[in-house]
Amino acid sequence: MSQQQFMQNPWSNWMKGEGPDSDIVISTRLRIARNLRQHPFPLLATDSQAEEVVRKVTEVSESDAMRKRHHLQVIHMDQVNPLEKRVLVEKHLISPHLAEESRKGAVLLNPDESVSIMVNEEDHIRIQVLLPGFRLNDAWEIGTKIDDTFEKNLNYAFDETRGYLTSCPTNVGTGIRASVMLHLPALVMTQQISRILQAINQVGLVVRGIYGEGSEALGNLFQLSNQVTLGMSESDILSNLYGVARQIIEQERVARTYLLEHTRVTLEDRIFRSYGILMYARTVESKEAAQRLSDVRLGIDLGVIPGVSPLVLNELLVTTQPGFLQQHAGQKLTPDQRDERRARLIRERLADTEKPKGK
Amino acid sequence: MNCEECGKRPATLHLTKIVNGEKTEYHICEHCAQEKGDVFTGFHNFSINNLLSGLLKFDPMQKGVKESTANKTLRCETCGLTYAQFSKSGRFGCSDCYTFLGDRLDPLFRRIHGNTQHIGKVPERTGGQLKIRKELEQLKQALQTHVASEEFEKAAEMRDRIRALEQKMAQS
Repeated sequence: MSQQQFMQNPWSNWMKGEGPDSDIVISTRLRIARNLRQHPFPLLATDSQAEEVVRKVTEVSESDAMRKRHHLQVIHMDQVNPLEKRVLVEKHLISPHLAEESRKGAVLLNPDESVSIMVNEEDHIRIQVLLPGFRLNDAWEIGTKIDDTFEKNLNYAFDETRGYLTSCPTNVGTGIRASVMLHLPALVMTQQISRILQAINQVGLVVRGIYGEGSEALGNLFQLSNQVTLGMSESDILSNLYGVARQIIEQERVARTYLLEHTRVTLEDRIFRSYGILMYARTVESKEAAQRLSDVRLGIDLGVIPGVSPLVLNELLVTTQPGFLQQHAGQKLTPDQRDERRARLIRERLADTEKPKGK
Repeated sequence: MNCEECGKRPATLHLTKIVNGEKTEYHICEHCAQEKGDVFTGFHNFSINNLLSGLLKFDPMQKGVKESTANKTLRCETCGLTYAQFSKSGRFGCSDCYTFLGDRLDPLFRRIHGNTQHIGKVPERTGGQLKIRKELEQLKQALQTHVASEEFEKAAEMRDRIRALEQKMAQS
């Protein structure tokens, strides 16, 4: 895939809408932070020191072992414009930090965009694996193999007591941050969510919005991830996250069944109203779009709206973001123009799919 | 009052930004505030690292704690980061900063992670010795268990593996 295609193609592997528990878990993400010994961390590195890190990492990515498995392509951040960077952020392939603040940053991507390796983000290397559905172990398997390949060729900063040394003390130890993106409309509707979020904070996990730290939970999407990275093994971290996510998934299912059994008409009304708005609105703000898409997704998962594939919704989640809309238009757009284009895009995409048969 | 940005929606957010004593007021709607989030960088400045630096300085159990003068003059030989810079930014400059800050980091790690010791993955090559040492410890424990339960065949097996590993360690 060419560099251009990564920006224009709305499609990423994680949007497939398949995989275990994909009615609730949109995607699974695993990030491994690694640094090189005797190189200042990206925050302090000079341009030439940072360039050297990019060169070293790229060399390994071009080795036979890596090429055979992943076909990684390098994109240098100073060779893409701000809009293109924003698109990569919206597709979850790079972090806002790499897009906005890194000097001499780069990202290595595989063709289906399930693997992205950021270079010179906060740490020298951040391996990210992003898969559809609930697949923590698969993500770890893929990530740890890439990590091993890098480790064979590069001198990692590792300490017996502290583990993998990272730029920020919150990542030291295993350097792994695993997360699952959960769609929890029924827990929000039944007002159980705040109770659950409070409990989560007490077991070493955190919940964020879908674009990471500081972002708000739009469209009932919550990102659940581990907080602790030191003093717990990778398998402990993953199984802890797995166990808690498993319980939330079950609770969401119970809440969905409850809503269907006790408030079917109200629920269907809400779902179809949102569907109707998305099918016919001429302008829609991003916040409303996220909420309506959440309702439609719930309608699909409950079988209330037949014939629409969840992957269309995952795609819309990304393509209705400001960066993507502008990339598609080929120009900068005012907020009003974006709202109009967003509405048109959603209309057209939903009309492509089969018409629902309302009861 | 209508939003200064779009001129249509009513302004619901009224913000005052003071930069170098110069005051600027913004009256905008929530929609435009979100779109223009980058204007109000003040919101984003408060990061996890501000919290971390707070953790480094504050210890309620000690009266009148000030960072000791010894700490203040500390500096990482590799990257030049000073203790003062670290306690302000909450970030390390390079991997050697962990060595120069040493045990001073324990309280910080305990507060963030509840732990100070790594127990996860060990890199095959750079951590090879450590890996072998950990394996040795496990084997020695197993050996004792087998001896105690009089499973001598298994104990002999453990002994041989321990010897092999010890040889490997001596060679590398």
